Amino acid sequence: MMFAEAVTTLPPYLTTLLWLAPAPLFIAFALIALGFGKNRALTTATAMIAVLATTVMSFIVFFNVAGYHELGSEPVRSTFNWLATGDTAFKIGVVADPLNAGLMFMVPLACTLIFLYSTNYMASDPRYTRFMGYLSLFAGSMMGLVMSDNLLTLFVFWELMGYCSYSLIGFFYNKPSAYKAAVKAFMTTRVGDMLLLLGMVYLYAETGTLNFFDITHNPEMLEHLASTASILGLSAAAIIGLLIFGGTVGKSAQFPLHVWLPDAMEGPTPVSAMIHAATMVSAGIFLTLRFFPLFQVTGEGSSAFQVVALIGAITAFIGATIAVAQYDIKRVLAYSTISQLGFMVAAIGVGGYIPAAFHLLTHAFFKALLFLGSGSVIHGVEHGHHHLHAAHDDGRRKTDDGHASAHDAPGGHDDHHAEPEFDAQDMRNMGGLRTRMPITFWTFVIGGFALAGFPFITAGFWSKDEIFAEAYRGFTHGVPMAGVVFIVLVVSALLTAFYTMRQISMTFLGQPRTEAAAHATENKWPMTVPLIVLAFFAIFAGFINIPADFPLFGSILGGNAHWFGHLLEGGLVEEVTKLEFNIVPVAASLLVALGGLFLGWLAYGRKPLKAGEADPSQVFLSRFKLPTATEGVLDLFSALNRRLLFDEFYRKYFINPLQAIADNYTRIVDKGVIDAILEGGYRIGGQFAGALKTFDREVITGISDRIGDLVRNIGDGGRELQSGQVQNYLLSGIIAAAAILVFFLFIFQ
Amino acid sequence: MLNGIPLAWYLIVAGALFCIGLYGTLARKNAIAVLMGVELMLNAVNINLIAFWRYITPDGNQGLAFTAFIFCVAAAEAAVGLALIISVYRSTQSVDPEKLDQMKL
Repeated sequence: MMFAEAVTTLPPYLTTLLWLAPAPLFIAFALIALGFGKNRALTTATAMIAVLATTVMSFIVFFNVAGYHELGSEPVRSTFNWLATGDTAFKIGVVADPLNAGLMFMVPLACTLIFLYSTNYMASDPRYTRFMGYLSLFAGSMMGLVMSDNLLTLFVFWELMGYCSYSLIGFFYNKPSAYKAAVKAFMTTRVGDMLLLLGMVYLYAETGTLNFFDITHNPEMLEHLASTASILGLSAAAIIGLLIFGGTVGKSAQFPLHVWLPDAMEGPTPVSAMIHAATMVSAGIFLTLRFFPLFQVTGEGSSAFQVVALIGAITAFIGATIAVAQYDIKRVLAYSTISQLGFMVAAIGVGGYIPAAFHLLTHAFFKALLFLGSGSVIHGVEHGHHHLHAAHDDGRRKTDDGHASAHDAPGGHDDHHAEPEFDAQDMRNMGGLRTRMPITFWTFVIGGFALAGFPFITAGFWSKDEIFAEAYRGFTHGVPMAGVVFIVLVVSALLTAFYTMRQISMTFLGQPRTEAAAHATENKWPMTVPLIVLAFFAIFAGFINIPADFPLFGSILGGNAHWFGHLLEGGLVEEVTKLEFNIVPVAASLLVALGGLFLGWLAYGRKPLKAGEADPSQVFLSRFKLPTATEGVLDLFSALNRRLLFDEFYRKYFINPLQAIADNYTRIVDKGVIDAILEGGYRIGGQFAGALKTFDREVITGISDRIGDLVRNIGDGGRELQSGQVQNYLLSGIIAAAAILVFFLFIFQ
Repeated sequence: MLNGIPLAWYLIVAGALFCIGLYGTLARKNAIAVLMGVELMLNAVNINLIAFWRYITPDGNQGLAFTAFIFCVAAAEAAVGLALIISVYRSTQSVDPEKLDQMKL
């Protein structure tokens, strides 16, 4: 590979670049927020220049460190003392190490492409500049998170991203479903963040530092954490690892906190691509990878690992099954993202540090591609719809104003129209877009095949295959959980391939099922170029980590095989077990990818859906019944279509009881007890104050008044003496002298 | 002693003179007469001083010195007093002490 030339020294300016890399985006945000936002062209220029500057700096760092073999033990670091209290100071800084090197390539690249895409996609939105401002803030936070060398600043950027995610999901805030989704996303991730915060505090209490390198690259520290007993019979390392993993569960939408991500699709599509596919949700995985050594020291197949593996496997399976029964093009991708993040978490759970990081990178590329592709489709269909209405609807609506805000608005689209609302995101309204939007079609197919893991030529195949291999290795080394994970993931991968084919077929193949789809047109270059670039990486990103002993491919690459893995290995103190080539996972991978795609083609591709025709999945799945906790027995398709009723379940068993508790608390404790106490206190206080007032008036004021009166009376009396006549004064003097004389002569003796 | 006049006689004369002066000072309606009363009291003191010096400590000269000082003070006081009275008269056309009550606040 091109990055593989070995270097022995690193240029000294890298730390400066690390410090500076996120800065342009924050500056861009400030400028846009403080006035540049009045001008659209200026905003576009500011955001694009900022993201390009960041990308250049970040790439320079990446290409420098990528070939440096000692990077694991000698990462590029720079720290300074912050918050010095007494003689201890908390150090914060930046780092470039094997783990974040790959993200330094992927994140700025994805951000640049999505910025470019947004300049066109959001161009007609009235709040375009606000959008670009938030996007800049988000991208800056993500870069800051990637480069942080300690958990505290990582957490700060983590929360900043959470805020940006909240604002961007609720970007169309005049739509109730959007702001509800924003609040839901924010509140749900908060549960995970709470656990993360606890983990951080525990970690700091145990180690006295939050620096990644000092903790995870320090055998004594890890040994200390592993040997310290904690609650539940686990070691401190396991508890801290799991608490931090709690943050991942929230941020990366893992079961049981996955419910926010599908609703987050209320945000504009570039946001879905950037935040909810490529970067922020990946940051959760990145966090757990950061603390992978904590899990490592608990031993292979330990309960900490098993919890992670189980959650990952459940998430992967649930996500893949629900995705099969969705009609909204973005929701399919949302559940697909949940499922793929589950793959990564499961990979971590079976000890697959490298596969998880690898899948993180490849998934970011192809999922961003798919989201941008879906955005392109929606944009195209919207245009088709408008084109249609412009003919007989002129004058009733302003030409383009507000149409972007309708893109992502299922149902909320045309407020002024009395006719049934048209949903540009519903795949049943599409079809036949292959010839109308060819670039979008081919790039979408590439992305979809990468997601399905189409053998050998897509990045998704290599990373997913490696996860299977890791799980299978765990199983053969005596971890039963790894076997379960392996089977669940294989089934999920089959479903993944199936729903991908379903999506591609329903969207692009056959004949248009609506007039809007028939009039859809390909988009302009700022939207297609990012698709093409991402499609390139969706294919070739896999070649950075092909196993050296893989038949044919390994020998073609020679010494460059498994480059990414070698780089990552350097970052761990404890070595990960080498993966031997094994035919079982590869066969499984081939079988499910091709099998799933073939099944999908059988059901949807061979005979594309016609308008009004029932969805074959619906026909098939409706035969099965599924008992649910809230709605009685439903047929399987409806249950899946309604997202396995997680929301209803949470509402019934968590939110409503909590709300009832809160209401009762308000009524009984707040109103009944606290208010009563306060009111009683108020009354007692009032009476006491009244008594004090009387005392004040009668005693304190009275005494002062008497004193005053006395002095005045004395003064009045003394005034009489002051006649002003010198003879009277003299007489007084004489009398006084005589009195003194008498006193001394007769009385004093 | 010298010629048989006892000390007490001198003191009686001085006491009488002092009382006359005091009466004049307190009772007269003319400021100049008041001033004269003050002079009488001073001279009564002078008589006392001379008498005590002559009868009790004739060897020292403190009594004489005090008497000389009091003459000087009396002369200065009379000069200042008369000047004050003249200036008061000029501004009020009166030298009656009872009418001079501007010192009252």
